[in-house]
Amino acid sequence: MRDPIAKRVQDMKPSGIRKFFDIVSERKDAISLGVGEPDFDTPWHIRDEGIYSLEKGRTFYTSNSGLLELRREICNYLKSHYDCEYESKGEVLITVGGSEAIDIGLRALLEPGEEVIIPQPSYVSYEPCTVMAGGVPVIVELEEKDEFRLTPEKLLSAVTDKTKVLILPFPNNPTGAIMERGDLEKIAWIIKEKDLFVLSDEIYSELSYKEGHVSIASLPGMKERTILINGFSKAFAMTGWRLGYACGPENIISQMTKLHQYCIMCAPTTSQYAAVEALKHGDRDVEKMRESYNERRRFLMHEFKEMGLQCFEPYGAFYVFPSIKKFNMTSDEFAIKLLEKKNVAVVPGTAFGDCGEGFLRISYAYSIDNLKTAIDRIKEFISELEEC
Amino acid sequence: MENNTKKELRLRILRTIEHEGRVDLGQLAVRLGVEETDVANEMSDMEKEGIICGYHTLIDWDKTDEQKVTALIEVRVTPQRGQGFDVIAERIYKYSEVDSVYLISGGFDLMVIMEGSTLKEVSRFVTEKLSTLESVLSCATHFILRKYKINGTILAKQYEDERMLITP
Repeated sequence: MRDPIAKRVQDMKPSGIRKFFDIVSERKDAISLGVGEPDFDTPWHIRDEGIYSLEKGRTFYTSNSGLLELRREICNYLKSHYDCEYESKGEVLITVGGSEAIDIGLRALLEPGEEVIIPQPSYVSYEPCTVMAGGVPVIVELEEKDEFRLTPEKLLSAVTDKTKVLILPFPNNPTGAIMERGDLEKIAWIIKEKDLFVLSDEIYSELSYKEGHVSIASLPGMKERTILINGFSKAFAMTGWRLGYACGPENIISQMTKLHQYCIMCAPTTSQYAAVEALKHGDRDVEKMRESYNERRRFLMHEFKEMGLQCFEPYGAFYVFPSIKKFNMTSDEFAIKLLEKKNVAVVPGTAFGDCGEGFLRISYAYSIDNLKTAIDRIKEFISELEEC
Repeated sequence: MENNTKKELRLRILRTIEHEGRVDLGQLAVRLGVEETDVANEMSDMEKEGIICGYHTLIDWDKTDEQKVTALIEVRVTPQRGQGFDVIAERIYKYSEVDSVYLISGGFDLMVIMEGSTLKEVSRFVTEKLSTLESVLSCATHFILRKYKINGTILAKQYEDERMLITP
């Protein structure tokens, strides 16, 4: 029999996360700091709205772009929170999570061989999605000394005449880095000058702990070359509902809608009704969760400082990214030893790109008590390492 | 400290200790991004000002061997001239059996929550003490059969983390 699997799929690397997941799930009672989703349940009034929509029998497809009411709420939300203006008809597409938006955004933009600049460490799907869309990933390695922000120098050095798209994943998973207005302004002129398009993955936008989040789409002249991606998973603790959205100029969104229509049809109807409620009445929930994450973030930073673990201060998402370089171990070795000796699971930085070597991703989507138990074990582990 | 930051800090402290009465002050200060002395000072000020009225523990007595009966009693009273409901409320809340007293709008005036160890004890209190008070017009007693949620804490369900151990 001939090989049933397409070569380009075979060539896809399995995610580094997956590999580690398999190791961790063998362990009983491991304390995990490895989760990339909120520990909160979706606020009840939002869940209730989903249930109500089912009771009312709203079990049909919505339009391909999604419920108009939801698109309108998204436009209001983006205007009031981030000063981004979009038309609910034509410039918004409701997707199955931010993930789908990343995929179809890249597929809509890329001609074969065109280059996509991907800053790393970053979320695992940009690179494979680029390849599947026929593009060529060009990795920019971000550094701790820049607080893992994308600097104009780094961007410029990666741009070639084949570059078409820049992926902008901030607030960042796994580093927790953010890009402030000044940082964005410094790269915006390059993007315009070099005629690039931006896929801005702002799924963690609500989880910014410095000034409020700034979207690159709100900078002058940037809306027409930006696909803004956001969603409900992180802000409203709605990961399992699988709901995100893409906003952008009509010429791009209409083409993405075409792709979406053929492979997805429409995002889950129940989730869309629940999301309307989330945007209408969810601001207080978001604020409460943000405060709670921020407390945990400060707690972790304090504990790392106490135990002498070097870590730049992250101001976004719910991750810290401490350096373990001084222990002369790879991230993989460190993470596996920590798991074997203390039963604590963290994710090696290398799962998010080679330049994550020497770092760990530690999630604080856990209760303070949980974090404390885990931190105590990490403390023990480190002092044992330092003894030998 | 600036007035606004102080107000904000107080609010944050209250929000936290409302549910985590036993939180370590040092840890609380770290979490709020302030000095431990600031937290300690604000807390002692708020105790003096009567904003923080006590530090209690939420106990699900049903899980112990202790017998307890809780009753909600709707009380209709005649308010007294010049003193309104305060005097009668005071007469009622002074009984140690009485747990809480609220002035209520609507079909009755005072909501009295009391605890006794037996049904008999509660009914004796209602018939002998409460309803015989001069200004009490009527009492309607409701017994609590089961407590599901108290002060924001759900008693029924144990929280379990159902997330996968590692996700991207």
